[in-house]
Parts: sequence; structure tokens; C-alpha cells
Amino acid sequence: MAPVHIRHLNKKFDEVHAVNDVNLEIHDQEFVVLVGPSGCGKTTTLRMVAGLESVTSGDILIGDRLVNDLAPMDRDIAMVFQNYALYPHMSVYDNMAFGLKMRKFDRAEIAKRVQEAAGILGIEALLKRKPRQLSGGQRQRVALGRAIVRHPQVFLFDEPLSNLDAKLRVQMRVEIKKLHDRLGTTAIYVTHDQVEAMTLGDRVVVMKDGFVQQVGEPLELYNTPANRFVAGFIGSPAMNFASVNVSEANGALWAANEGMRIKVPAEIAARLNRYAGKECVLGVRPEDLRIANAADPPDLNIDAEVEVVEQLGPEILLDMAVGSTTMVAAVEPTVRAKVRDRLRLAVNPARLHFFDPASEAAI
Amino acid sequence: MIEGAKWKRWVFFYIPLTAFVVALLFPFYWMAVTTVRPDSELYRPWMAPNYAPFWTAHPTLEHVRGLLEDTLFSTWMWNTMFIAIVSTIISLFCGLLAGYALSRLRFRFAGTLGTGIFITYLVPQTLLFIPLADIIRNFRLGDTPWALILTYPTFLIPFCTWLLMGYFKAIPRELEECARIDGASRWKAMIYIIFPIAVPGILSAGIFAFTLSWNEFIYALVFLSSPDQKTVPVGVTSELIRGDVFYWGQLMAGALLGSIPVAFVYSFFVEHYVAGLTGSVKG
Amino acid sequence: MAVSYAVAPRAYAGAPSRGPLTRLLEDERWLAVALLLPTVILLGLFIAYPFVKGVLLAVTDAKVGVPGHFVGLENFDRLWNDSIFRTAVQNTFVYTIVTTIFKLALGLWLAMLLNRHFKGKAFTRAFILLPFIIPTVLSTFAWKWMFDPTFSVINWTLYRLDLIHGRINWLGDPDLAMISVIIVNVWRGVPFYAISLLAGLQTINPELQEAAAIDGARPWQRFWHVTWPLLLPVTMVVVLFSVIQTFADFQLVYVLTGGGPANATQLFATYAYQIGVGTGLLSEGAAISLAMFPFLLIVVIIQLLYIRRVETH
Repeated sequence: MAPVHIRHLNKKFDEVHAVNDVNLEIHDQEFVVLVGPSGCGKTTTLRMVAGLESVTSGDILIGDRLVNDLAPMDRDIAMVFQNYALYPHMSVYDNMAFGLKMRKFDRAEIAKRVQEAAGILGIEALLKRKPRQLSGGQRQRVALGRAIVRHPQVFLFDEPLSNLDAKLRVQMRVEIKKLHDRLGTTAIYVTHDQVEAMTLGDRVVVMKDGFVQQVGEPLELYNTPANRFVAGFIGSPAMNFASVNVSEANGALWAANEGMRIKVPAEIAARLNRYAGKECVLGVRPEDLRIANAADPPDLNIDAEVEVVEQLGPEILLDMAVGSTTMVAAVEPTVRAKVRDRLRLAVNPARLHFFDPASEAAI
Repeated sequence: MIEGAKWKRWVFFYIPLTAFVVALLFPFYWMAVTTVRPDSELYRPWMAPNYAPFWTAHPTLEHVRGLLEDTLFSTWMWNTMFIAIVSTIISLFCGLLAGYALSRLRFRFAGTLGTGIFITYLVPQTLLFIPLADIIRNFRLGDTPWALILTYPTFLIPFCTWLLMGYFKAIPRELEECARIDGASRWKAMIYIIFPIAVPGILSAGIFAFTLSWNEFIYALVFLSSPDQKTVPVGVTSELIRGDVFYWGQLMAGALLGSIPVAFVYSFFVEHYVAGLTGSVKG
Repeated sequence: MAVSYAVAPRAYAGAPSRGPLTRLLEDERWLAVALLLPTVILLGLFIAYPFVKGVLLAVTDAKVGVPGHFVGLENFDRLWNDSIFRTAVQNTFVYTIVTTIFKLALGLWLAMLLNRHFKGKAFTRAFILLPFIIPTVLSTFAWKWMFDPTFSVINWTLYRLDLIHGRINWLGDPDLAMISVIIVNVWRGVPFYAISLLAGLQTINPELQEAAAIDGARPWQRFWHVTWPLLLPVTMVVVLFSVIQTFADFQLVYVLTGGGPANATQLFATYAYQIGVGTGLLSEGAAISLAMFPFLLIVVIIQLLYIRRVETH
């Protein structure tokens, strides 16, 4: 295991600037997840660390070695691909042994390592089979096993769970986490699924259009997103956004648009002061909206009309029309609501977010 | 689909299909019948009353025996087989390497070379045979099987390359990337990973090259002169006609026996042959 | 950015050891050179070099055993005024065009017949390719025997069916000779067209035909508006290959008629052979061969342009 240092990393494909000045210090044994929509540069960054793409500018260090010009096989890394990339003409055993054979390990050592990895992953019974005889989950395990036997300094994962069905994905997620706990190897994991990012990562890196948007622990990203993109990307269902006008009245700041009028809590008001008289973007998560009761202060209420009711089981999602926009509220399953009901929602004042309309940064 | 009355199916499907099959296979039947027909029956004019073309009452193997004992036919068979096999091996070797380079590697002249190889496929042998005969003579390869073994690949390699490129392109890049991370050098990844997966393509290209080698005529005709060096097509054409007389019995026996090896090998690899043919056409 | 690294870049301790050659071949460009070298050498030596030599030969007056002197375009001039050459040109075009039309039509018909499911389909498909697989020379001899004026089984059949009353001299009559040669070429080429077009047909989604049928299109209209346009790319490639092979054809005519009677079936290739190898006039033979090239080039360019246009449509 070793730390990975990514400094001022850039990648250009002809005119397209795919990766823009990415800086990342990944600690030894840390599990870091790169997450973002397709085209954000996360996979390209991973491939540069692997040595499968050349670096346009910047440095990548694994441990204390500068690896920019090293071939993939010289970097002491192992990679798990989205499509497993199992060699179809070799048995599971040979798939896992291939890397060790290339490095001229002796037979006994290879057998020992393969058995060990197979034991950890529970695939001892599959060693003689060929990939086409395996299910998706089994193949993914073999791909993991192939990475483990090498005892590398860094694991690289390129969307390994994307090809699995939902249930299997959840199962494998847990397995990968257990694996990391057990082996402790530094890992860089790429995915477009924010749920995977939140559950797996020690730290999460959100990327968009080649730029790093925010780096931090999962809860940090959830509670204090640095900009509108991160706020909307992390958390499901996504955060509600509304354009509001900030005004001063009665000695307090109010955020209002045609559908609502809310008093800005004191803690935030200090930061929001300079937006008085201007527009900004209000953000509030569906789970921070609930049906108002008599005890809720009226200046934190929103009146809305139900448009769609989505029964999920543990909660109900209400798509509500607020003025001319829609907001989603996640409420308890006991709530009785029908389409076209007019309801009053209460906002949790501690969980309001505001964003600058131009730069989209959090205020 | 042809729905409707049963007679429609017969008129529009069974009858035309049967007609095609009969027309396409009849000459081979004729070859076989003539081979076993004794000379007395063979040289009966078609206007004669007892002309019974489609079968023979007295099958005989005299033509076959004459062919094998009195002529150099078995030598020609051996020559042709040897030349076909070695040419195929050479062409597969070159085609594999070239196909891999053109489809999996990025380098400046990839496009130009690919087009260049395709263009050579369009230069027919009948355009080159006269100057090539001279070159063969200068290299002292004339009248040896090497004259053909080295020139056949000129029309076999482009085809093999093109066909194998199609197969290589279908193999995901990730397999090679994974191999390279695992520790294989580029060429080791090529040999241990890519080539084994492309085996169906290799079989297709091989069987196609094999049949094309057997079919070649003008180079063999021009570059070989000694009767014991000739290939089956050339030998049958030049040596089985003595004076101006065609010995049809032996000729047809030669044609039939000469066809058998190719048909035999083909029968084992029909699927691969068809895949090769259609693969090259679909690009 | 001025960070000094304690160690120079080096592979980690357990990296696979590689010799200098392997390291060189890691570079894509060097590996490409190494892989393409055998092919380039073989093709250069035995296609490019003879081609250039052929051009040089055609502008001399070399004969067998007699090195020639530069004579410019004299050979071509002589050819242009050679009536046999002009006949050969005409014959080659007629031969190529007529056979291609028939091969395409019959091949397409056969492909459509094979596109249905019936018992023994795999066998039929395998057997049908035999005319294409078996060495041309050998099967052409069978046809020559079938065409023999005295012993022809074809004549016998036609006579029995009361379609003819005398002998037909398939290979001896100048008009019939061309027809005979065309028949044999079509016989040999139909399987290639059929199997290739069949593959093309099989990539056409049957739902398209069904939708058209529901829309009210009759079989002929369905073919013309749905099947044919989708089949065009494959057709063009098949026709391209076939035209080149047919234009430069040698074996078939050589065996069947040798170019006669009276040059009725003389083609570029057979005439080049006759002049270059038969009479030893090497340079003139080379000129005849080379005369094929412009026509081939035009055909190839037209078809490649057409293919490109169809593909980008």
C-alpha cells in the first residue's frame, strides 16, 4: 500500500480538455471515490493513474515514485474493469494466475496466492471453469481475485458494478467494502452512482466537465455542498432548487418567489446580506420538507398543491407545485395525500442552502 | 415470406431451388460419371441411339488407375498440397501481424498502409505475371515450388489481413489493457490474449487461403515448366492432352481427384469458410 | 511546481524484467513497424516491384532473351491499331458486364430462396458453394466435356426435349463460344454472390418487411423499397470484387476456348499470355496486361465513390 499524489493533472484529447488541473492527495490505505456524470473526466483520470492514457501535464506519484513515464505493468497497480475483462479462453485459475506468470513467479507461490484470493472471495469451486460459464456476480469476483493476487500498492476500479443488476450491485458493494477493510490497500474507485460513492468512499471527489467540484467525506458533501452541482448530484431524490428574491423586511431577510415566502434563519442571514435586493438560488432537500403542523412557525412554511404521489414504502414522495415550479417532499408513509390536495410544508431552517445564481457556489 | 397456397410454395420455392442445386452440382456429377465410364461408352456420339448419359452400366476404374500410374498426377497433388499449405501458413503469419497492427495500434501511417494493402488486392495476377516471371527468373526461383510459395501470399495476405482486422476489432480493448496491467508486454498480450480469441477468424482466413491457393493458375502455368514441378491445375491442363487428343476419361478422373482434397478440407470448415466470405464482404 | 523527487522514475521491485528488444517493442510505432515488415517486404517485392517493372517493360521492345531499348509508347500505339486487341477489349467488357448482370440477378434470387427455413438448409448452403471452391480449371474441363460437339450431354438433353434439331457447336461457333464462356463464368460466380447476398439479407430486420406488408406493399414493392436499398452496401462490395476478377479472368477462357474461335473469346489476359508467353514478345505482352489497369482503376474508383456515398447517406 502506498499514498497516491496527483498534482496539477491535465489531459487534452486534441481540442477537448478532458481533465483540468486536478489535485488530489490520497492517503495510504484510503478508499477514494471519483464520482460524476459521464464525460466529467473521472475515468480519464483513473486511466492516467493506471498508465493507460498519457499525461498531458502534471505529475502522478505512487508512493514516492513519479510514474508518469512508467508502463502500466511497472506501477505496481491492479485494475478492475467495468466489463470484467476476463480472458475468455482461460480458466478462472489461469485468469488469476496470468499476472503472476508474467512476472515469473514460481508455481507454488502462484498456487498459494490464487487459493488465498479465491478463499477470500468464495470462488474456490469455480477455479476450473471458463468465464462464459459464470454469472455476472461470479465474473466480477474473479476480476477482483485477479487484482488481489498481485498484492499491488493501489487498486483501481473502473465502474465495476455498473453491469450488475440492482440487487447484485448492493451485495457486491458490501463485499468490496469488506474486502477493503480486510486488505487495507489504497483504492481509487470510479463510478457515476452517487449511492456507491457515499457508501464506499472514505473520501469522495465530485467531478464535472474535467474539474474537481469538491473533495470531502461523504457526509461533508451531503451537509455542506460547495456548489449547486454537488448539492444536486449527491442525495436521492435530488435537492429542490428555486430561484428566490432576497429582501429585507421587518429587520430580517426574506427569501421569496411567486409560490413562497420564507424567513432566512439568523445564521445564514449574515452571509446572505449582500444579496439583499438580488436573486439567488434556494436549495432544500426533499427529506427536509415535511407536512406542517400547528406548532410550526408560519414564516418557514410553504403552501403547495400535490401533483403526483409516489408510494415507495418506507416513505412517500410528493411532487408539489410551488408557484410555477415543482418541489419534491419526502414524507412519512402515514401521510394521506391525494392529487390536487393543497398542503402546507414546513422547512427545516438548519437545512437550507443558498447558491449564487451566477457562480453557483454555495453562499 | 410466401404465404398462401401450397402450389405457390412449389412454384416459387421448391422448383427454383431444385433447379439451382441441380444446375450448380450437375457438372460434378458429370465429372464423376465420366471418370468411371469405360472408353467404349465414353466415345459414343450423342446422336447415337444408345447414348445413355446419366449412368453407366459398366463402371470401371481404369481411368483412375491410368491417371495414378501413367502420369505424374500424384506428384502434382503432392506439389499443390505442399505449396498451398506453406503459402497459407506464410499468409496467415503475415496477415495476423499486419491485421493486429492496423486494427489495434495507433501510428501515423495506419490509414495509408491499410488502404495500400487493400489496393494490392485489386491488382490482378494477370497484370503482373509477365514482369513477375522475369523477377522469378532473376531470383533463380523459376521452376521450383518456391516461385509460387513466395508469390501466392501477394493475393492471400491482403485478404487474410482484412478478414482478421474485422475479428480483432470485435475484441474489447479492455482485455489488452488488463493484460498490460497484469504485466504482459504489448507483444505478449498480442500472442497470449488476442490471437487465441481470434481463432475462429484464423480458421476462416486459413481455409479461404487454402482454397485460393489451389485455385491459382496463371502464375503456376508461367513459372513452372518441368512436368514434375507442376501443380494439379497446370498438370491436368498441359500433360493430359497428348497430341491433340483429349483423354477425357483420365482428364475427368484428374479433375475429380484434384477436386477432392479441397472439397474434403472445406467440408470440415464450411462454417468458417462462409464466415470468412461474408466477413470480408460486410467489411 | 518546483518539487524535487527523491528518486528518479523507476519500476517497482517486483516489476517484470524485460530485455531491450521488448522495451523497444512497447512503443506502438516500433511494434507496428516490426509487425508490418514481413507483409510490406513480400508485397513490395512481388507486387510493387513487378508493377514498376511491367511499366518499364511496356515502354521497351524487349523479347524473350533479347533485352530491349526504350521505345516510348510504341507498343501501345501498335496495340491501338491492332484489331485483335480491340476485339479483346470489346470482348472483355461484354464478358464482364453480361456475367455480372446475370450473376447478380441469379445470385440474388438464390439468396432470397436460401433466406427461408427449410430442412437441409445447412447442407444445401454448403453444397452450393462447391462451384466456387473447386479449382476453376478442373470444373471448366467438366464443362468443356459437356460442351463437346460430338459428345455433349447438353445437346443430347436439348435434342430429347425437342428444342434443337441439329448439333450445336458450343465452342466452335464464334457467337456461341462467347455465350458458353459466359455460362460457365456465371455458373461459377452465382454461389459467391448468393452466399454474400444471403449474409446481407440476414442482417435486414424482418420486422421492416412485415411493417411494409401491413402498410400494404406487395412483394415486388417490398423488395424494391425495403430490401434492395438495405442490401446495396453489400451488393456494391460483392460487385467490386467480382468485376475485378472477371475483367482480369484468364483460366476459364484459356481452358475452354483458348481465346478462339477466331478471337471471339479473346480477353485482355488471354491475349497478353498469347503475345507475351506464347510468341515471346515480352514488352507487348506487358503492354496488353498494363492496358487493363486504367479500366480497372476507373471501375474501382466509381464503385468506391458509390460505396462511400451509400455509407454516408
